[in-house]
Amino acid sequence: MAVRSDVVGMAGAPRPGLLTRLHEWWEQEHVFGYGLIAPALLLLVCLVAYPFGMAIYFSLSDYWVGSPGGFVGAQNYRDILGNEVFRQTVWNSFVFTIIAVLLKAVLGVWLAMLLARNFRFKRVVRGAVLLPWVIPTALSTLAWGWMFDSLYSVVNWTAIRVGLIDPPGPNWLGIAGYAMTAVITVNVWRGLPFFAIIVLAGLVSIPREYYEAAEVDGASSWGRWIHVTLPLLKPVLAVVILFSTIFTFSDFNIVQVLTRGGPVNTTHLFATLAYQVGLNGGNLGQGAAISLFLFPMLAAVVFIQLRFIRKE
Amino acid sequence: MQVGVRSRRARIGSAIFGYANLVPYVFFALFPFYFMLVTSVKTNAELYNLKSIPFWVQTGVIVDHYTFLFRKTEFLTWMTNSLIISVLATSISLAISILAGYSLARLRYRGVGMFGTAVFITYLVPPTLLFLPLSQVVVWLGLADTIWALVVTYPTFLVPFSTWLLMGYFRTIPKEIEECALVDGASRFTTLFRIVLPMAIPGIVCAALFGFTLTWNEFTYALTFISQSANKTAVVGVTADLIRGDIYYWGSLMAGAVMASVPIVAIYVWFLDYYVSGLTAGAVKG
Repeated sequence: MAVRSDVVGMAGAPRPGLLTRLHEWWEQEHVFGYGLIAPALLLLVCLVAYPFGMAIYFSLSDYWVGSPGGFVGAQNYRDILGNEVFRQTVWNSFVFTIIAVLLKAVLGVWLAMLLARNFRFKRVVRGAVLLPWVIPTALSTLAWGWMFDSLYSVVNWTAIRVGLIDPPGPNWLGIAGYAMTAVITVNVWRGLPFFAIIVLAGLVSIPREYYEAAEVDGASSWGRWIHVTLPLLKPVLAVVILFSTIFTFSDFNIVQVLTRGGPVNTTHLFATLAYQVGLNGGNLGQGAAISLFLFPMLAAVVFIQLRFIRKE
Repeated sequence: MQVGVRSRRARIGSAIFGYANLVPYVFFALFPFYFMLVTSVKTNAELYNLKSIPFWVQTGVIVDHYTFLFRKTEFLTWMTNSLIISVLATSISLAISILAGYSLARLRYRGVGMFGTAVFITYLVPPTLLFLPLSQVVVWLGLADTIWALVVTYPTFLVPFSTWLLMGYFRTIPKEIEECALVDGASRFTTLFRIVLPMAIPGIVCAALFGFTLTWNEFTYALTFISQSANKTAVVGVTADLIRGDIYYWGSLMAGAVMASVPIVAIYVWFLDYYVSGLTAGAVKG
């Protein structure tokens, strides 16, 4: 719009009023651009970047709820690294994330392939499969909690009737390995639709001609999958796996509702431990240090996304 | 993915194979909801009887757990809180995101690429990374233990998400239309609101639906920032306040879970296709 004011100037028109000049200033592409992005940036700086800086400051100080303490350097980090519960949490987080993401990836791709076929009630089935992702996780996890009840578990009831286990069956949420299985199950249940729907979009976008060409070349259905589907699906798959990794790693809802980290801390993740130490225990400094351990994973995911995926 | 001529038998076989594999998935996805519903209408005597069959109601459907929920708990207050918070946070975020998304998708200025990356990174920041410092920020803002704490903090994850989603939609609108309007002397704001926005309505509806769903379902901040029962959201109220001591009243818990999910399910059923397209666009585009 700079052109317009030049034209006005050349024509020797009278100097425009303040309002007009303001308007012209605002109409410039860069001014308008900064103006529109400003509210979003302000929000992100005040409520994301600033709290992030605070988290770092908290983690380096002796900060308790209601009593801001002084700078203690790396003391909080030394404390938690020497803590048995924290080391258990690190282990839990990796076990939880790796198994859950792997299961979601394998089952999700399989489900997407099934959904990509032509069948009746496609829309209804798709809607049903996506439902776990839509319903409030805390509430559906509550239902899972009831299904894993120590006494009236429907899972055990069924397994006993089918003859898989002897009565009374395991107390799912009260025994270490079982509790981890339970939280992973719920996470997979909840995250599977996300995987499947996105992979499905990737599948549908593969041109049919590629399959026809492969079939003409005599490729078996397995061969078509390996040489056509998988390579073309790779970018989409990489994005979903990265997304899912960061959100599984930082999960809070499922563990908090189902086990609260128990039994004996065997299902604690960084987020639930940070909640317990920082809010229930009131030690904000240590809590912040614990939740900051989510950051390296976030940084790695962001790095891979920006470096490799957005380039393609 | 079947191409070419196939025998009838192979086609039928493949269809049976497909259904047979889908059934476990559908069962796995839906059973917890079914069980939630069944539990919420059973008598306590039947719920806590090891001999009864858990899969269906044997001794008659009752609504006692629901009447308990509405008469003896603050459930209606929680629902109202959730509604206010979700509508406000979604509207605020949508307004901010429309402007930001348009700016990032369409305008060229120094730093636009960097801002886009910043929005993308904050999109990936999990709420659990920042909930402790944010709990102090809301105290300093004087919003601790009020629903406003959530109205203010929910945009932190909604704005990056909606901006990202809307950028994709804005990019699909042909640039020539805007240029024509600008050449005709329309101001940039007029162009944005009269020309671009009407064409991006599917994207805006999508962002609004996701915004509402994400805020209604949010748990971490709602649990952390609010302790007073009267200010809780439906999700946290049901999860935290229906459990007294260590006793789980499963009937009313499940009734609460059903009722608090109803608004989301209703919207979801109505706008199913938007959810599917938004999910794919939000994650894959860009």
